[in-house]
Amino acid sequence: MTTGQSAPATPIPTGQDPRLLRRLLRAKDRIDAASHEDWPVSRLAAVSGVSVTHFAHAFRQAFGLPPHRYLLTRRIERAKALLRDTDRPVTEIAFDTGWNSLGTFGRTFRDVTDESPSAFRTRERSLTQGFDRVPACYLNAANRPDLNIAVSEKRRQDRDNKVPGSQAMEPL
Amino acid sequence: MSEAIQVVGLYVRDQDEAYEFYVGKLGFKVHTDQRNGDYRWLTVQHPEQPGFQLGLFRPQPPVHDAVTAQTLNELVAKGAMPPLVMAVDDCRATYDRLRDKGVEFTQEPVARYGNVDANFRDPSGNGWKIVQEGA
Repeated sequence: MTTGQSAPATPIPTGQDPRLLRRLLRAKDRIDAASHEDWPVSRLAAVSGVSVTHFAHAFRQAFGLPPHRYLLTRRIERAKALLRDTDRPVTEIAFDTGWNSLGTFGRTFRDVTDESPSAFRTRERSLTQGFDRVPACYLNAANRPDLNIAVSEKRRQDRDNKVPGSQAMEPL
Repeated sequence: MSEAIQVVGLYVRDQDEAYEFYVGKLGFKVHTDQRNGDYRWLTVQHPEQPGFQLGLFRPQPPVHDAVTAQTLNELVAKGAMPPLVMAVDDCRATYDRLRDKGVEFTQEPVARYGNVDANFRDPSGNGWKIVQEGA
């Protein structure tokens, strides 16, 4: 830009079109309503009326995390609620919240929350609850993992922190 | 009662669209619809709650600069505004009636903790929960 050009008084918003965002929200709402279902990008893109090529990027730009990771946070949140509020076996909860195997559920749950499903259940039950007047959806949202990095990245970081002599253990 | 909350406002992207939704689909009554140039003061009321107005306001200059208005529209469209809750006598009946009118439900009626609730959104992205207590 040359000095002769005057900058606009207010910068042009760089955000996304609210009408597009409203359609992306529809896909997020659908995940919220049925997080146990499979949500391939093609299905979500169709809900939003966005091309498959653009959907994941647009979703991430709008909501701060990619759609598959958002789905994961909702599944973990729901699994936590079921572990806390019901006596159902962990296996049943794993399948009901959208996982295809108990092993994948247990491993992912541990990677995300740093404790096993049964340890979470035991710990939660030992706490006195006093939240009768708070809507359940609010309580559950407090249990939603804040997955600001990919699970694979979190797994790698946790591993590095545990192994002596790795790059993460640089001397001060 | 002389002291009470009188107006609470929502941001909507398009006031004509919001009018059609809140009056045409939800069955709210118009309390005030006053235009002054590009500016429009629009409030509606629940038919059984005459002391309370819900404002349907468009974020716009000169109250907000263009960038702020755009940001507010984006936030509403992303569902980032706080939830609104409406009490109903029969959640499933209300759900059927509103769904038939084309209201976009995001959660079908669910019975839990002695209540039945369902969720919908307005065209701008504001989220509502309807709750039937003691069901």
